[in-house]
Amino acid sequence: MRLAIDHRTTYRFTSPQARLTQLLRLTPEDTHDQSVAGWHLHVDCDARLRYGRDGFGNRTTMLYVEGPIDSIEIHVSGEVLTNRSHGIVHGGHEPLPPQLFLRETPLTTPNAEIASFAQTIDESDPVARLHALNLAVHRRFALCRGKPVAGRTAIEAFAEGEVSARDLAQVFVTAARTLGVPARYVSGYSPACVDVADARPAPHGWAEAHVPGLGWVAFDPCTGLCADEAYARVAVALDSAGAAPVAGSRLGEGEELLDVDLHVDRTSGQ
Amino acid sequence: MLSRTASSLYWLGRYVERTDFIARLVEATVRLDVLSPRPAGEAAWASALAVTETDAAFAKTGQSISQNPVARFLTVDSSHPGSIVRALDMARNNARAVRTALTKEAWTGINRAWLIFDNRSSPGGAMATLNLVEAVKAETRGFEGAVHRMLRNQTTWFIRLGQAIERADNTARLLDVKYHILLPKGESVGGVVDRDQWTTILQTVSAVTAYRWLYSEGLKPANVIDLLIARSELPRSLAASVEEAVEILNLLAKRTGLHGEADRMARNRHQRLSRTKSGEVITQGLHQYLQGFIAENDNLHLAVGRQFKFS
Amino acid sequence: MGQAGSTTPRDELAALGAWIETTPDAELRRRQQSAEATFRQLGITFAVYGESDASERIIPFDIVPRIFLADEWERLSAGLVQRVEAINAFLHDIYGERRILAEGVLPPDLIFGNPQFRPEIAGIRPPHDIWAHICGIDLVRTGPDDFFVLEDNARTPSGVSYMLENREAMLRLCPELFRDFHVAAVDSYPDRLLETMKSVAPVGVAAPVCVVLTPGHYNSAYYEHSFLADSMGIELVEAADLVVDDDVVWMRTIAGRVKVDVIYRRIDDDYLDPLVFRPDSMLGVPGLIAAYAAGNVALLNAPGNGIADDKAIYSYMPEIVKFYSGGDPKLPNVETWRCREPQALKYVLERLPELVVKLVDGSGGYGMLVGPTATKAEIESFRAALIAEPHRYIAQPTLALSTVPTLAAAGLAPRHVDFRPFVLTGSKGVQVVPGGLTRVALKEGSLVVNSSQGGGTKDSFVLMDNGAGAEPKGQLQSQTQSQEQVS
Repeated sequence: MRLAIDHRTTYRFTSPQARLTQLLRLTPEDTHDQSVAGWHLHVDCDARLRYGRDGFGNRTTMLYVEGPIDSIEIHVSGEVLTNRSHGIVHGGHEPLPPQLFLRETPLTTPNAEIASFAQTIDESDPVARLHALNLAVHRRFALCRGKPVAGRTAIEAFAEGEVSARDLAQVFVTAARTLGVPARYVSGYSPACVDVADARPAPHGWAEAHVPGLGWVAFDPCTGLCADEAYARVAVALDSAGAAPVAGSRLGEGEELLDVDLHVDRTSGQ
Repeated sequence: MLSRTASSLYWLGRYVERTDFIARLVEATVRLDVLSPRPAGEAAWASALAVTETDAAFAKTGQSISQNPVARFLTVDSSHPGSIVRALDMARNNARAVRTALTKEAWTGINRAWLIFDNRSSPGGAMATLNLVEAVKAETRGFEGAVHRMLRNQTTWFIRLGQAIERADNTARLLDVKYHILLPKGESVGGVVDRDQWTTILQTVSAVTAYRWLYSEGLKPANVIDLLIARSELPRSLAASVEEAVEILNLLAKRTGLHGEADRMARNRHQRLSRTKSGEVITQGLHQYLQGFIAENDNLHLAVGRQFKFS
Repeated sequence: MGQAGSTTPRDELAALGAWIETTPDAELRRRQQSAEATFRQLGITFAVYGESDASERIIPFDIVPRIFLADEWERLSAGLVQRVEAINAFLHDIYGERRILAEGVLPPDLIFGNPQFRPEIAGIRPPHDIWAHICGIDLVRTGPDDFFVLEDNARTPSGVSYMLENREAMLRLCPELFRDFHVAAVDSYPDRLLETMKSVAPVGVAAPVCVVLTPGHYNSAYYEHSFLADSMGIELVEAADLVVDDDVVWMRTIAGRVKVDVIYRRIDDDYLDPLVFRPDSMLGVPGLIAAYAAGNVALLNAPGNGIADDKAIYSYMPEIVKFYSGGDPKLPNVETWRCREPQALKYVLERLPELVVKLVDGSGGYGMLVGPTATKAEIESFRAALIAEPHRYIAQPTLALSTVPTLAAAGLAPRHVDFRPFVLTGSKGVQVVPGGLTRVALKEGSLVVNSSQGGGTKDSFVLMDNGAGAEPKGQLQSQTQSQEQVS
């Protein structure tokens, strides 16, 4: 499948900023079943960009802007070609072993409710169990059309009825770890979630869980299905904060207003 | 030198100067209110609040404008930025942040002044208040002496630049408020209360003796104004403060090679002030003149921050 | 007492004994108070955690120095060098190839499940591949030549300012001791540290700009930060003084930006860079890790070092040293039961009143049970905690720590001590500073030497020569014991 992605992130500041430093995880990478056919990152102001990788192997771009600056638009666009792989991730850049993805983080700390929710999944086959968990998370919540709540933990999300895609993925990750399954958060692009929930366009978040013998398998609790060829993977981490497309720091007063414009178009065939 | 260090030194200078000024103001007001033949009461304390721009904050406390509550408010009350204890607190915080740049003597001056207020919740009666502010003044004098004995380098100059700019602001405010209060009163010019009031101004800037030296004709408002604005012999006059700012910026420029808008602004101001006749200022409106001066002083403060990249 | 340089250990120790005998207690006490008064004036203070008023205290100082004989020190140094080299090799490996896991020496979950292992910096190579530039290794002694490592400190070990200030005080107050003893100087520490810093600057930087990074003057160790910056003649910066642009670190000065090449940081990993570690933190330098990953700045010590000095890792240090050095550890560990292992847990639960139990991630003497001096209630509460979360605890035997003479209220009395020497690693090798911080438990019988728990410090004399080669071993031992009573 061919996914054409056009993603604009605009920050507006209510008063000019003296300096802006951002860590961007906005560059997808080739895997066995995903090839990046042209990718551009453009910033609408005088910025210095430096490219690197973080500890999880994600491609990063450091963005440095000297102020005064009152808005910035980060525009990424390009095409990603994907193959059908039943959610199994082959040939990714994996600097860290699956075991690491058993650890909890402040955003993915479980409580008794999440643990017992995971325990109710009555499947002995590891893959079937993860499918069932994915479906259970999918069915438990309604998808929120609004913006994700910044900093919302899995525990907080679990107590809500209506949550964002990011929350669903984090609940899945948290629950899977309570079952002893290494799991991680994935950020990227997919039209799938929009189709299901008619949600606002936003970078998508889903999950991957590690199954011995298969490797990392992608699950999207938004759809209740495996994340398949309609997904362009960009970054993985222990939680949504670690895989965030933009982590930023600014020097200056005032508020920051975020505006996202995203188009993910698919065409079948290659 | 780190920008933060320079900024802390500058603010240290400003807060020490502010401490000293509030102490003198309280001292002069106590004298005016209690010790003069005709106690000035509420008006004296109201003007002290106005000079420190704490009238609104004090009103919120709901207390009466009289010696005990106002003296307490201006000395030991740490809840607002216009008190001695808060100014000292800020001075000490800045000093701590640059502790290694200061001599032991300079640091202990600040620290001892700060310790005077340790666990102190009231300045006491008139005499006790005078003793308290006298103790504070002694420590700030000690600090000043210690700064003068430090190496002649940026460290000293940033402290002194802060002091000069704060001093210009303080003197201008003092004159503005007192003049405002004094003139509309309808008291006969040269009356006794009036005399006491004008003496208060001189006391606050330590200029009682200097006045006698410079003016032979007795206490006249026009002379007091002339002294405080135009006579650079008096260290706390606008003319002296303005001149000192120019000199220190010059020294900094020589040592650091940094020369810019702050120097230009300070020099312009100095040239203008040296041509200024206090008599003209009075006829054209002292209040307006002083308000303009205070605004310009603020602009110089900002220019210093930009020139030495304080933030 | 004889000429310095030609003395034997017998002479040296007798000399200390004679000095103690001939100097009246009142005089010793006067000198001690004088030293403490100086410390207070200088502001050599620390803040006690858990006290609401954040009161500043000085650490009590004991006037009686502790003595290390030259050959004793030589053996100790060799052990320290071996251990620190192993720590560096371990960090290099664990954030890179992870050979030690592949070969099954350590259980992988010990690393990957450990919050001290920082995945965020995995794959980054620090300049010159040095991770633990400044290590403080805490040692205890139970017999003449029986030193044990109690704890490794490979993150930001503190206390070196005490080593230097204590020596200053001793030189001023007891100059006669330095006439009788040939004591190795410690005052070169700042120079050695600066040399170490410069040696690990990114390759190609001719005149590296070095700074000390402090959390600020509210930090309990601020005195040490400013002391070190001052004595090295380099800037003491706070996070707000640094800015990263284009993956390069700059400091903000009145004359504009100055490029920074080496940072001795005295702030925790969590607060280094809000873009990488703690997004909620307003502290830190955004972009610092990117500059570090790009090889444009050296951080001393490297981020992620916590995995090497974690108490859970500690119990594996003998295996780690052996794995990387190829030889047996010259400095042994204190025997340690890992409560995460069921058999060890069983053993520990059966013997709680005899053991010392520690939280794996605790420090400063907090979260610790000293069985022999604990109440029944304390023991029972630890028992419950152990059963609930065994992986969080380790246990050790209560050591028969050595004591040294210390000036107590009633005169000289034996008190328990430990010792923290400082080891510097630069691109030109590893060096042990001849001295260190002796911490002393001032309460009679107490084994807890932490300053936050009523411990004090004393100077540590490393003698430059003691003719030990000519001395029969037995005699040396008995002499050592005469100074350090083994209880």
